[in-house]
Amino acid sequence: MLRIENLHAGIAGKMILKGINLEIKAGEVHAIMGPNGSGKSTLASVLAGAPEYEVTEGSVEFLGKDLLELSPEKRAGEGLFLAFQYPVEIAGLSTTNFIKTSVNEVRKYRGKEPLDAVAFLKMMKEKMALVNIEKTLLSRSLNEGFSGGEKKRNEVFQMAMLEPRLAILDETDSGLDIDAIRIVSNGVNALRSKDNAVLVITHYQRLLDYIIPDFVHVLLNGQIVKSGSKELALELEERGYDFIKNEISAVQV
Amino acid sequence: MDTTSFFKEHFDKLQLKDSDSGLDAIRKRAFRRFNEKGIPASRNEEWKYTRIGSLFNTEYSFPLTPENISEEDLNGVRLAGYEQANELIFVNGIFSDSLSTVRSRELIVQPLEQAAKNEYKDIVSAHLGHSSKYLNDGINALNTAFVHGGIFMYVKKGKVTEHPVYIYHISDARAANIFSQPRSLIYIGENAQVQLVETSSTIGMGESFINGVMEIAVEKDSVLEYYTIQNDAAHTNQVSTTHIRQVGKSYIHAVTISMNGGIVRNNLNVVMDADQAEAHLYGLYFLKGQSHVDNHTVVDNVKPNCYSNELYKGIINDSATAVFNGKIFVQPNAQKTNAYQSNKNILLSDTASVNTKPQLEIFADDVKCSHGCTVGRLNEEGLYYLRSRGISETMARALLIHAFAVDILERIKPLPIRKYVDQLISERLEFDIE
Repeated sequence: MLRIENLHAGIAGKMILKGINLEIKAGEVHAIMGPNGSGKSTLASVLAGAPEYEVTEGSVEFLGKDLLELSPEKRAGEGLFLAFQYPVEIAGLSTTNFIKTSVNEVRKYRGKEPLDAVAFLKMMKEKMALVNIEKTLLSRSLNEGFSGGEKKRNEVFQMAMLEPRLAILDETDSGLDIDAIRIVSNGVNALRSKDNAVLVITHYQRLLDYIIPDFVHVLLNGQIVKSGSKELALELEERGYDFIKNEISAVQV
Repeated sequence: MDTTSFFKEHFDKLQLKDSDSGLDAIRKRAFRRFNEKGIPASRNEEWKYTRIGSLFNTEYSFPLTPENISEEDLNGVRLAGYEQANELIFVNGIFSDSLSTVRSRELIVQPLEQAAKNEYKDIVSAHLGHSSKYLNDGINALNTAFVHGGIFMYVKKGKVTEHPVYIYHISDARAANIFSQPRSLIYIGENAQVQLVETSSTIGMGESFINGVMEIAVEKDSVLEYYTIQNDAAHTNQVSTTHIRQVGKSYIHAVTISMNGGIVRNNLNVVMDADQAEAHLYGLYFLKGQSHVDNHTVVDNVKPNCYSNELYKGIINDSATAVFNGKIFVQPNAQKTNAYQSNKNILLSDTASVNTKPQLEIFADDVKCSHGCTVGRLNEEGLYYLRSRGISETMARALLIHAFAVDILERIKPLPIRKYVDQLISERLEFDIE
């Protein structure tokens, strides 16, 4: 579904990703872990098409298309979704109107008729229950004055509404208590199917107790330095990132 | 044209025609002041960014007698919700009794000349011309020099006027360019409530230039909502002065919407001349083409314990220019004043510009005042966020601009007017944003 080859990217002349290779197949859940500044969020942003990042080398193929050639909105249309680490607050834009526009634009891209009001409401109700989000929240301006947990639930709610093929969660667990993590995880797990894939980016292992990954990758200094099964996450939790740094320097010496 | 001889000739004509109106003395004084001061030039600090001198190079017809338009013409310029409104109609600056409709029994509408002589003469003499204390320039004097064909409206005390009052300034520029100077005086009695909606429209392809003055006195425990909707064509210009004086503890809610026009200068003064008066001033200008819109506001805290809040927002596209000048005075006696002001602007093109200037002049020591202004581009982060949800760049821009305008839009309380303005904004977003 997603094939990243030798991806180099940076911002304002500073290189951050220095040759990422990663393949994600339909039905899989991958986790990328790494310390602060390793390039995790940059990878997520580059995949979603954030305009401030520049790709200098490498390629990304998504469902047979050259992802890097597509605008952010087309990437969403193709089925890529990024749950933002810091969702943007937009005063004056109601969350419901925003989601309705978003859902119908994506449907249009996929050659489907827009949802009428009744069908949209029905879908909303269904997905609201999934992430335990209140209606009053959705009538407010997009993310404005939302708590950290509300913002993250809103991200997962949008994900549920857009039904992406590949969902990327950028530190969706940061700042959440355990109940919120459980709710967010339920939303993500409901999306899992043999046709869809999930990429979880996280600093900590605890989210992976709820969203069980098939593969865990360690990102360090802009490169994936180690990949393994879900046990790797536990090992990282126990021993910290230093043991990997030591392993690498041992190899390099 | 030679402004001096043009206005002298018209002034003499008016004197012959209308010398016993009781407004004679005030006109003569003002005409002298106009001749002294002349048309404000850009060396006048208050007119630095708005040059109206060149507007007087055009040859105008300046009618001094009532002119009428057909019902059909009127229908073309009527505002949404007019069926339920009182409608006061000025054609080329002169009030038209036959076209106007007064539905509300709470209102008394009379020619200003009449009110200056009858039982309302004390009110007229107390409030007519008060704006010149704040706008001591030739253009304000010019209107007063020709006070004529205007109206006096009295909102009876203790009454809530259910139907809003729509005030139209119509320029019939089919046969000639039109210069006009509508004048009105509104007196809101104690414990009364009224909504005013003012708009201007030009019929025909000629240029129009309206130099209008409205003075409003608000008695205690009254509520005034005042809306200005400006969406006239690009070949129309105006200096629009609204001078509100809170003579009693009262509540003012003013919203100025500017969507189109050539050169538009809005003077909005609120004189808080009573303990515990409250005033809210909002503005939205969404400009395209070569439009130039200048909002000059004055909030003068004369008495203590007043509260005022001011928020003006601007969206400026193409080569349009905007000016915001917000003055807050706190007089020595006006302790415990709370006065806030904010002006926020988004520039949508490289050739759009805005000059924004907050001015606080505080002569009391126990007050809370703040002001702030921002000028920027559309929020890039927000744009990316919306696009990452499958929304096209064009639509994402439109949504963000609309979202920026919403908090002013929501201040328009009469729903037909709010819907109309919202529709203007939506149309602008669909057709003009690339």
